[in-house]
Amino acid sequence: MNLETLPLQLRDAIVGLFPPALQWSVHHVLSITVILTVFGLFFAFTTIAERKLLARVQNRLGPNRSGLPWFRQLKLWGLTQPFADAIKAFTKEDVVPAAADKVLHFLAPVLIVAFSLLGFAVLPFGRHLIPVELDAALLYFFAAGAATELAIFMAGWGSRNKYSLLAAMRALAQLISYELPLLLSVVPVVMVCGTLSTKEIALAQGGWTFGVLPHWHVFTPWGLAAFLIFLVATLAESNRSPFDLPEAESELIAGHLTEYSGFKYALFFMAEYFGLTALSGLGVTLFLGGWQAPCAFLEFIPSYLWFMLKLVGMIVFFIWVRGTLLRLRIDQLTRLSWKFLVPLALLNLGNGAFWALTTDWTGPLALARWAISAAIVIVPFVLLGRQLTTGQTTRTYRYAPS
Amino acid sequence: MSPLQLCLILSSLLFCVGLVGALARSNTILVLLGIELMLNAANLNFIAFWRYGPHPAAGTGVIFVLFTIAVAAAEAAVGIALVIAVHRHRKSVRLQEAASLKG
Amino acid sequence: MILALIIIALVILGASAAAMLSRNLIHSALLLVVAWAGIAAFYLWAGAEFVAFAQALIYVGAVSMIVLFAVLLTRQGATAAPVEFDSWRRAVLGLMVAGGVMGVMFGAIMGSPLDGRIASPTPTITVKQLGLLLMGPYAPALLIVGVLLTVALLGAIVIAAVDKSEETP
Repeated sequence: MNLETLPLQLRDAIVGLFPPALQWSVHHVLSITVILTVFGLFFAFTTIAERKLLARVQNRLGPNRSGLPWFRQLKLWGLTQPFADAIKAFTKEDVVPAAADKVLHFLAPVLIVAFSLLGFAVLPFGRHLIPVELDAALLYFFAAGAATELAIFMAGWGSRNKYSLLAAMRALAQLISYELPLLLSVVPVVMVCGTLSTKEIALAQGGWTFGVLPHWHVFTPWGLAAFLIFLVATLAESNRSPFDLPEAESELIAGHLTEYSGFKYALFFMAEYFGLTALSGLGVTLFLGGWQAPCAFLEFIPSYLWFMLKLVGMIVFFIWVRGTLLRLRIDQLTRLSWKFLVPLALLNLGNGAFWALTTDWTGPLALARWAISAAIVIVPFVLLGRQLTTGQTTRTYRYAPS
Repeated sequence: MSPLQLCLILSSLLFCVGLVGALARSNTILVLLGIELMLNAANLNFIAFWRYGPHPAAGTGVIFVLFTIAVAAAEAAVGIALVIAVHRHRKSVRLQEAASLKG
Repeated sequence: MILALIIIALVILGASAAAMLSRNLIHSALLLVVAWAGIAAFYLWAGAEFVAFAQALIYVGAVSMIVLFAVLLTRQGATAAPVEFDSWRRAVLGLMVAGGVMGVMFGAIMGSPLDGRIASPTPTITVKQLGLLLMGPYAPALLIVGVLLTVALLGAIVIAAVDKSEETP
């Protein structure tokens, strides 16, 4: 009984029950079903975790009332809340505006969920668990993600509501400006690993120094810079606070979702979380070592558990950020991207090239390699950060006692 | 009919659809989109000849298509910028109305 | 194999023809996105994975967006923005020219001695091979494309930028 290959053995056992002609399709249908189930449940529990954690951040309790249908005494800390929400979304009336472009209004939520799920296909969830092995997996991931922008446009335009359209344009401007740092932050990893395949990238981060220090990309100067840029861009790409301008509840109504209700609204919500989870999974794969264990003696824990643990860590981090930071203005948002993140990511590209070219520097030269690489990250960061904040003094509160 | 011929017929049909769009419509954006379709039809041919050609390992067709895609993207960006500039001056995107340089 | 090709061809041609005939500009643009995605599917069918994903990323993700933005920025008055055909004369002439071109090309394809080598296995080219080709023999072309893209970016900004400086509130 090997925990590491247990999912594979289960899959092969199930596939073996079918006649050989069907085995190929059963194999793929099975992996699709598993991904849908696991990440559907993951989505459900992300929403409850988000509500509970945000509540604790804001000194509230959060949802704790929903229990089980026939066992009213069992409250289970409100853990069944997502299922109650799902039933509510299913049974709500589906309102379609009379003036709406019916086809686009219907297609937008369907397409956005479909495209946000495509990215999961190339994530290596474990040492042997990768749904589709592609040579150009990273390119595929971003190509699949690009289509969600279209769905947002369709939602905004198909609703035939000026607020929806304006918010959709705002969302698109944001997505396009942050697509660039996101892609650029990934390129150094590709340069250093010399491959676009996610499986190879996860494999390249194996090994430990002294058995405890893992060789993850985040523990190199260029990797740390790229990971931070990736985090900020991920926040913006998945419309999370502090970049949740497209659906700023207190400013716009609900952005491009204004004319959506019931299950279609839930689909958009779902797509947003799927997108966030997929991007977090990519971040884990590229920078946090994928399914690799952090220490050599912890390797007995199966690799897919490590992956899920890191994924949960990323999600909790995003929830924490949402509870902590304030929303940006649209000009601050675009300025941050074009004047800060893009130049930094471009310089980091050169840093990655330097790191890839100096792999044979050993001994004292290795120290020089680290120092130069760190300098390429830190000096522009300080200079650009200063330039970004020039002319901005601390805010004075007119009526508050100083 | 061999698959290569099927691919070629597909690409020439696509080229003609783009040609109709570029010739028969008067909205500048649609004309641009027609031209994009024609470029894409050319790309289809490159890939078809790479697939069924004598030297698929050389990858010339693939490389050519990559360059064409880059050039087409640049063309689309500049073309759309021109459309927006013309629209700002003339409040119209009809191709026939941007004729002030006509002798 | 051939069946898949025929389905892809029908999707591409149907979507692009509908896009060129549609009176609604937004629908045209979205139908063209379907056609572009179909072309990406054709590349996948032919075994050119990298090009297929690049096509999807650039056309479905980027070009479609600037087209949609342009449609919205150049809209006049009514929300539906129906775009009429200019005149029957133009439409008929355009169709005639396109039909003539199609006839010539069809004749050329049917008449040329293309050896139908159906048995050839799908050739594959790995990303590594492509990268080596791009950085080796095709490096000058790559540089020129980079310069072209930069110039196009600057040119597009210069052309589309508003001349007068806006007053900040």
